[in-house]
Amino acid sequence: MDFTSFVFYFFSAILLLSALRVITARNPVHAALALVLAFFTAAALWMLLEAEFLAITLVLVYIGAVMVLFLFVVMMLDINVEEMRRGFWSYLPAGALVGGLMVVEMVMVLGGKDFGLGAVTPRPADYNHTAELGRVLYTDYVYPFELAAVILLVAMVAAIALTHRKRADTRQINPAEQVKVKRADRIRMVNLKPQKPEAPKEED
Amino acid sequence: MIGLNHYLILGSILFAISVVGIFLNRKNVLIILMAIELMLLAVNMNFIAFSRYLDDLAGQVFVFFILTVAAAESAIGLAILVVLFRSMRTIHVEDLDKLKG
Repeated sequence: MDFTSFVFYFFSAILLLSALRVITARNPVHAALALVLAFFTAAALWMLLEAEFLAITLVLVYIGAVMVLFLFVVMMLDINVEEMRRGFWSYLPAGALVGGLMVVEMVMVLGGKDFGLGAVTPRPADYNHTAELGRVLYTDYVYPFELAAVILLVAMVAAIALTHRKRADTRQINPAEQVKVKRADRIRMVNLKPQKPEAPKEED
Repeated sequence: MIGLNHYLILGSILFAISVVGIFLNRKNVLIILMAIELMLLAVNMNFIAFSRYLDDLAGQVFVFFILTVAAAESAIGLAILVVLFRSMRTIHVEDLDKLKG
C-alpha cells in the first residue's frame, strides 16, 4: 500500500466515523463539532485530489462561517434533548434498510469500474490551480458567478429581514416626515393687541 | 492505487449515512439541516473526483456554486429556525403543524 492509499483510507475512515457521530450524537453541540471534523477531513481529501483552492474555501467558508452560525443557533435555542430523542432507535430499522440498500446498489454500479478514467494525468510542476480556476470562473462562467453574488446578497437580506426585531424603547427619526413638514405645522400666528405695561406700584 | 471508484463509493457511503441521519433524527430540525450539509458534501466529493480524473475544471466551478447556494440555504434555514423558535418555543418537527389544511 503506497502512501496515497494510506492517506485516502485514513481520512476516509475519519470522515465516515465523524459523519456517524453527527447523526447519532445526543447533544446538538457535539453533532455540530463532529460536522466540523467531517468538513475538515473532506478538505484534506480534496487536497489529495489536487483541488487546493476549494479545500481552503471549504475550511474558511464552511468551518469558519457556516458551522459557527450553526453553533450560535444551537446555543441560542433552548432545546429539550430528551424529548427529541424519544423513539430515536425505533426508526433505525427503516433507516438502515434504506441506507444499506443505497450503499449496496451504488457499490454494485460503481465498484470495479473506473469509467475508462484509470489514471490521473500528472500536472506540470508550475501548474497553478487557483489561477486556472479563476481564469475559468471569470471568463466562461462569469454570468453564473454574478448570479451567485446576487444569491448571497438575497440570502443576507432575507436572513436579516426574518430575524430583525423592532424594540419598543428605541427612538428614531423618520426623515420623510421631517422633509414633508410645512411652516404651518410648526408656527401659529397669533394676533395680539398691543398692551400698555402697568406702571410699577409705589412702595409703602 | 486509488482510483475514481474509491472516491465515488466514499461519496455514496457518506450520502447513505446522511439519509439514515434524516430517518433517525426526524424530530430535530437542526440535525436534519446538518444531514443535508453532509449530503451536499458527498455530492461535492463526486464533482471534485470526476473533475480531477477527467482533467476538466468545470466540475470544480460547480462545487464553487454549490458551496455558495448551500451557504445561502443554511443561513436562511437557520434564520427561519430562530424565528420559529421565538414564536412557538419549540423546534420539534411534530409540533410544527400550523399549516395543516
